[in-house]
Amino acid sequence: MSEATASKIPVTVLTGYLGAGKTTLLNRILSENHGKKYAVIVNEFGEIGIDNDLIIGADEEVFEMNNGCICCTVRGDLVRIMDGLMKRKGKFDAIIVETTGLADPAPVAQTFFVDEDVQKNARLDAVVTVADAKWLSDRLKDAPEAKNQIAFADVIVLNKTDLVTKPELAEVEARIRAINPYAKLHRTERCSVALADVLDRGAFDLDRILDIEPDFLEVDDHDHDHDHHGHDHHHHHGHGHGLKHYHDEDMQSLSLKTDKPLDPNVFMPWLQNLVQVEGGKILRSKGILAFHDDDDRYVFQGVHMMLEGNHQRKWKDGEPRQSRLVFIGRELPEELIRTGFESCIVS
Amino acid sequence: MKEFTPAPDSASIVSVTDRVKPVALGMGVTSVHFLGPRAAFVGSEENVAFVDAKGEISTVAVHSGGILSAASDGKRLVMGGDDGKVVALDARGEVTLLATDPKRRWIDAVALHPDGAYAWSAGKTATVKSGKAEEKSLEVPSTVGGLAFAPKGLRLAIAHYNGATLWFPNMEGSAEFLPWAGSHLGVTFSPDNKFLVTTMHEAALHGWRLADNRHMRMTGYPGRVRSMSWSAGGKGLATSGADTVIIWPFASKDGPMGKEPAMLAPLQARVAVVACHPKNDIFAAGYSDGTVLMVRLEDGAEILVRRNGTPPVAGLAWNAKGTLLAFADENGDGGLLEL
Repeated sequence: MSEATASKIPVTVLTGYLGAGKTTLLNRILSENHGKKYAVIVNEFGEIGIDNDLIIGADEEVFEMNNGCICCTVRGDLVRIMDGLMKRKGKFDAIIVETTGLADPAPVAQTFFVDEDVQKNARLDAVVTVADAKWLSDRLKDAPEAKNQIAFADVIVLNKTDLVTKPELAEVEARIRAINPYAKLHRTERCSVALADVLDRGAFDLDRILDIEPDFLEVDDHDHDHDHHGHDHHHHHGHGHGLKHYHDEDMQSLSLKTDKPLDPNVFMPWLQNLVQVEGGKILRSKGILAFHDDDDRYVFQGVHMMLEGNHQRKWKDGEPRQSRLVFIGRELPEELIRTGFESCIVS
Repeated sequence: MKEFTPAPDSASIVSVTDRVKPVALGMGVTSVHFLGPRAAFVGSEENVAFVDAKGEISTVAVHSGGILSAASDGKRLVMGGDDGKVVALDARGEVTLLATDPKRRWIDAVALHPDGAYAWSAGKTATVKSGKAEEKSLEVPSTVGGLAFAPKGLRLAIAHYNGATLWFPNMEGSAEFLPWAGSHLGVTFSPDNKFLVTTMHEAALHGWRLADNRHMRMTGYPGRVRSMSWSAGGKGLATSGADTVIIWPFASKDGPMGKEPAMLAPLQARVAVVACHPKNDIFAAGYSDGTVLMVRLEDGAEILVRRNGTPPVAGLAWNAKGTLLAFADENGDGGLLEL
């Protein structure tokens, strides 16, 4: 982590559909003896059972930016609250933003990309989504918000696993994986997850964009094969007793990889244009890239139309110079993306 | 023949840095005001520090927490805090509790009227208290970004998302909405009461001519505008947000419509705060690198008040006569300059 990044206050975004257990997790974070002080931005006062003078009520005001980009929304209240909180710098170590059950995490995340002042002082650490093992499968069918929250997550706390049978649990996990195979998934009862697994994840730190491999669980009693075909859009039916693979109708992930170098002069305009045109559909994107005639790894990440990228470090000796990209989104134009990507390969 | 040895920076600029009385406040500062003869430095938390002409500091506790907003008329300083309180501080250092939000919400904005009325906002609600009359409140469609009283009459401007609302608190149903897409954060009336100007979340100002609500777009800033100050007589509006001070012309009836702003005092740092002299065509500007300059509006002649190399300047203020300039950076290192 760079020094500039380290001095910024980490912000964890806590999402999850109504009743999934967000407040339980929040109360756990605040009550555990970790020696850290959190400023907490909540939507409902009074649900938190811990005394903390740094609990701030928010109004979840989503503002459109005046830059002609329709999906470029920010949380206006968050801009204001962050500004006020910075007057009390030194009184807290980290910030947690709890969203309402119906919230789209994108405007929260985008606030940390777009707003100059917010960016100066704080960094988005991770989007943590609490999901209810018993009801998530239903919500994924009827609540687009729940699907957004899963798709957007860096960490998924699959809660209330004691209320479901093993096959039900396998089913809900498979549904989550159909949408987002990249998030770290933790099964919990009463949100009893190690805090190190939800806090200080550095999920938006360009230097740590390494967790780009799908987070396949060590699924006990399943003979789940770690099966990559450069495409995580699984349709393996007929596994018999294995983990079922779902294809979510409208939310998917798409991964691309190549061992051949990319031409930065073709790739960069292609990626920019892709997120400009399809950014409404692309929720998250990440990539590690090997460019032609370039000894440095290039990393990028994006939220909808917003991209940030940088040369990260030299490729190590013996490290395969492989480019990998991941998109998570709704109705992703797969063929268009694949063809476009292939045209960036130096022939 | 005498050998000519230039002083380190004599070639560049006239300096009065040796005449500045340094003030070490020992606290983060967010704004600077004058209350009578003393400068009042508003801390980022809890306290206001008075500094007299001799440079002596006395601290007054005003809030139990962060101080989010402050406005002064030279006699009183009204502040809002994250403790949900609105307090006033007078020139003698006496603190009065003016209001407490029943839900202890943050007091995001405050404003002070020349006749003593004051206003504050918490969330979407703006409240005005005038003399012995009851408090009057108005809810706007989104969280209040800023408040300002009109120079004449009891009229309040409320900046919010997608525009500003003008309201006569003593007239039922008088709220008038001035739309403009985007989030409006700060607001000011021109001293002649003809124009309303807001600072936006985007790097821009927006203005309305109040006679016909005609729009004035003032754009081109590289960063968000956080500080605005009317020049003596209201002929120009000096603003922060760029690496020069941008001054929009307001002398004619059309204001800045179709006109270019003046750009003075360029530095390789962002202007953080501006304060125009109360009587003469001079302004002081504080920069993101800690520099403070005094600048003549007419020709842009500059005088160095404070060198660079410190945190951003957080506040600047002139006393009412214009004989004293006070400033401080974000870390609380400040100074007083007697002219």
